[in-house]
Amino acid sequence: MAKPKLGLYWAASCGGCEIAVLDIHEKILDVAAAFDIVFWPVALDFKYSDVRAMEDKSIDLCLFNGSIRNSENAEIAHMMRAKSKVLVAFGSCALEGGIPGLANLTTKDAIWNYVYKESPSTVTKNGGTYPQTHSMMPEGSIDIPEMWETVKSLDQVVDVDYYVPGCPPQPEQIWGVIEYILSGKPLPAKGAVLGATDKTCCDECLRERKEKKLKKFFRPFEIQTDPNECLLDQGIVCMGPATRSGCGALCTKANVPCRGCYGPPPNVTDQGAKMVSALSSIIDAQDPQEIESILDQIVDPMGTFYRFSLAHSILRRVEKS
Amino acid sequence: MVTINIDGKSVEVLEETTILKAAEQAGVWIPTMCHSEHLEPYGVCRLCSVEVVRGKRSRIVTACNFPVRGGMTIHTNSKKVQWLRQVIMELMLSRWPRVRVVKEMAERLAVKEPRFPSLERDEAEDACILCGMCVNMCNDVVKAGVLGFAHSGIKREVVLPFDERSDSCIVCGACAHVCPTGHIKVILEDYRGKKPEFTLGPKTPIYVPTLQAVPRVPVIDAESCIHFETGGCEICAKVCEPNAIDYSMQDEIVEIEVGQVLVSTGFDLFDASAMAQYGYGRLDNVYSSLEFESILNSTGPTGGKIVMKSGKEPKAVGIIHCIGSRDTNHHAYCSRVCCMYALKFAHLVRDRTDAAIYQFYIDMRAFGKGYEEFYNRLLDEGVTMIRGKAAEVVEGCWQGNGEPSLKIRCEDTLIGKFREVPVDMVVLCNAIEPRRDSDAVRRLFSISKSPDGFFLERHPKLDPTSTATEGVFIAGCAQGPKDIPDTVAQAGSAAARILSVIAKGEVEIEPVRAMVQEEYCSGCKICNNLCPYIAIEFLEEKKVSHVNEALCKGCGTCVAACPSSAMTGHGFTDAQILAELDGLMI
Amino acid sequence: MAFEPKIIGFLCNWCSYTGADLAGVSRIKSAPNVRIIRTMCSGRVDPAFILKAFQLGADGVIVMGCHLGDCHYQEGNYKTIRRLPFLRRLVKGFGIDPRRLRLEWVSASEGDKFALLVNEMTEEIRSLGPLKLSVHHEIQQPVAHH
Ligand code: SF4
Ligand code: SF4
Ligand code: SF4
Ligand code: SF4
Ligand code: FES
Ligand code: FES
Repeated sequence: MAKPKLGLYWAASCGGCEIAVLDIHEKILDVAAAFDIVFWPVALDFKYSDVRAMEDKSIDLCLFNGSIRNSENAEIAHMMRAKSKVLVAFGSCALEGGIPGLANLTTKDAIWNYVYKESPSTVTKNGGTYPQTHSMMPEGSIDIPEMWETVKSLDQVVDVDYYVPGCPPQPEQIWGVIEYILSGKPLPAKGAVLGATDKTCCDECLRERKEKKLKKFFRPFEIQTDPNECLLDQGIVCMGPATRSGCGALCTKANVPCRGCYGPPPNVTDQGAKMVSALSSIIDAQDPQEIESILDQIVDPMGTFYRFSLAHSILRRVEKS
Repeated sequence: MVTINIDGKSVEVLEETTILKAAEQAGVWIPTMCHSEHLEPYGVCRLCSVEVVRGKRSRIVTACNFPVRGGMTIHTNSKKVQWLRQVIMELMLSRWPRVRVVKEMAERLAVKEPRFPSLERDEAEDACILCGMCVNMCNDVVKAGVLGFAHSGIKREVVLPFDERSDSCIVCGACAHVCPTGHIKVILEDYRGKKPEFTLGPKTPIYVPTLQAVPRVPVIDAESCIHFETGGCEICAKVCEPNAIDYSMQDEIVEIEVGQVLVSTGFDLFDASAMAQYGYGRLDNVYSSLEFESILNSTGPTGGKIVMKSGKEPKAVGIIHCIGSRDTNHHAYCSRVCCMYALKFAHLVRDRTDAAIYQFYIDMRAFGKGYEEFYNRLLDEGVTMIRGKAAEVVEGCWQGNGEPSLKIRCEDTLIGKFREVPVDMVVLCNAIEPRRDSDAVRRLFSISKSPDGFFLERHPKLDPTSTATEGVFIAGCAQGPKDIPDTVAQAGSAAARILSVIAKGEVEIEPVRAMVQEEYCSGCKICNNLCPYIAIEFLEEKKVSHVNEALCKGCGTCVAACPSSAMTGHGFTDAQILAELDGLMI
Repeated sequence: MAFEPKIIGFLCNWCSYTGADLAGVSRIKSAPNVRIIRTMCSGRVDPAFILKAFQLGADGVIVMGCHLGDCHYQEGNYKTIRRLPFLRRLVKGFGIDPRRLRLEWVSASEGDKFALLVNEMTEEIRSLGPLKLSVHHEIQQPVAHH
């Protein structure tokens, strides 16, 4: 029997997910042995045209990481969808927009203006030059992909079969997923989240937690935290309670609050709103002014509560004013 | 016990009894002037002097403080005693010729003109006879130690310290009470903020709350009782034969666990001084309905007599309906009971006086069983009904004799004329309003109020006695103005509702409850502090939270708070609400 | 066609919903623009519902509960006075005028206040104009992952 075909792709992301695949260490050899890798631009020299030439549904498994930020990301997403039997949104960017999704807090114009004109390290001539999607060169015309206004998750562009969360997904979870697929067991229902569990980060967190009542929020650098006590109990905004478990509560083990990279747990659609609801429930104040001053202690609520999930939240992006 | 002989009668008395008491027991009268059974004998007037014979010796002693000895022979009316009394009485009479108690005693002892001239002729009817009862009362019984004697001989007098009003005086009035001549007076200006003649509350520190009280036993008002002020008095304890008085009793807060509560906290009477035009609190003889009710009461301040402040019977009485009711400036609603009690007032005034009676009404609302008939009867009794809300009450005077009166101005809408009606007394039919503490009570039981401020029933027609809070029922004027039959009916129905739950032995609760889906709960402990009913417990062994469904009332606060949406609320799940939202946005 | 604001009202069962009912029973006229969702307590109103309402095309959201101290569940609305201001920060963060989100206390006896607030809110939103969000044009709704 021919080996199953595997494709990997990297759209708008930092590349950490690709590294994470390599972080399964020697098991990568098992992957190479088990699969026939037909597409992996970062590691192997395949061309888009090679894949385009393949028959639809001829790739058995595609691990697609990165959010959809420009026309090229979208084009490849469509292509991989067509060619793959199973398309997996791999990592938080593909799943929920991830860090690139934070671009939805502002506009494309604002970003370009800063990057190509106003940033202190930009040397501008004639008031700055913006990249053009289409330019004429003596040799002929050149087209580059068009950057979108709004960053999207993979499932906002194409139909996705499974999701593997994490920024990046944890190697042992990745191996778990691959192992499962290789085992030949019947595949889980479409839309399932793999490499994670149904509870939240707190479930895996080893810190001792109490019934909560908060009068003050701290930023992590402002206090010396007790390594054994729940960070939230100590006044640090930890996204753990509203974040799907699977990472092993990694950050909290390193004395940093969970940032929420595994995305919302199963029944939650909006990680930010849910966290706001939970936190406001445990704030210990009844006076409107005191409440406002406590809320003021949370600097950058949008970035804190939607760090990874903005593009996949209910409202998805900030409206241009 | 010892046996003695008084005026030839042999009596057996307790040892150490005074001669006076022994004589009383023997049925022999000894005149006294400075003795009170509530005070230690003082022996100052000497009027009780008697002759004691023992063997051959005889002596004169004062009966009020001389203890008997076995075998004593006492003469209370011997020549010697008679002579002595004559002299004492003449001396007293020469000094206090006009004092009633002195004159009466002199008369009784057949003393006519005193033979002594007086240096100081005190002609007042209520002069101090220096019996010292007030001083002893104040010092020994009340223990306030305010009154005392100054000087001696003819200059002796009862004084206040430094002749000034004393801060130690607790204004108990015991001195005035005990003063035999009425020389000491307590002038009551104000009794706990109420005009003295209309205190509906107790008039003495120890009192029976109402004649209908259950149990009908007296209680002591520690605020006004002398004993609690000075540690003295205890007269009630001395006179109470079964020894039922216990000053050491304390207020007790008794906690009783109950499953259901009937809130029937009643109402407050609208304060008519808020409507200055009717002169309440400003003009004499303008009364609120409740004050008038107490005038009518046979145990009330006037003993049930309808009299004005002057003590005279009024020539005309005006009864003004709807004070604060049916008035958008105060209460828009009808108080429902005023028309009928106004008719009752009219009937009783007609019964007890010859006064003309005027009723000023907007509409007559005689809606109940037998009420219309009563109204017709009143019309036959000759009560003048004036349709029109009285505009104001002013001072006026009677035509003819010019005696002062009150005048009610109104528009008589039946004849279309402005009228001024002279009356002596005005009775206002004050609105029934929610009690001033009703908001606090409401919050205590988590019940709502209707726009008029009365407690809100679950349904005005189908469920008029229950409230939005399970197990809390309402009845009577707390729910809205109503008369006695309606109150009794509503309270009876509420009681039946309560009993039916008790009889069933179990309660049905709404299925709207929160529940933890354990497979999603990570035990973050966000929810554990939130529940007002402490329904959410944390299961340590499973490391998940759990809702006690019997305690949960289904508010959904924890459901909204649970960051993993492990908590879900039956009846109001996220999916249900979102589906509703979806439907509404079409 | 003139702009008719769509407003979603989240009303607690015991005070505000009864108050709204009273407005109806008392025949008090009010704008028909507020579409009501009943919850047992204002404390049940999950901020996500409000964002969802905006996503689905509401031009405004008004949450009504019992007056402070009057909550049928004693303190549910104390959660609400923290949730709404907190959420308002996110709403502002999303570029939505915070006037489009209101929190008001309406007791069971305040039918008139309910009508007044509804009219007030409707006029306010009318003057703010329709809420236009880019998410309205997106094809898919975000779905929970299973
Ligand atoms: S530190 Fe964070 S992840 Fe750990 S228990 Fe506390 S809230 Fe949960
Ligand atoms: S603790 Fe939170 S932010 Fe850190 S890796 Fe895990 S899910 Fe991501
Ligand atoms: S808030 Fe939710 S996840 Fe946290 S302990 Fe309670 S039920 Fe469990
Ligand atoms: S729904 Fe309300 S009453 Fe029930 S457990 Fe949650 S907080 Fe308590
Ligand atoms: S009564 Fe005995 S001395 Fe006055
Ligand atoms: S029940 Fe109305 S706000 Fe809680």
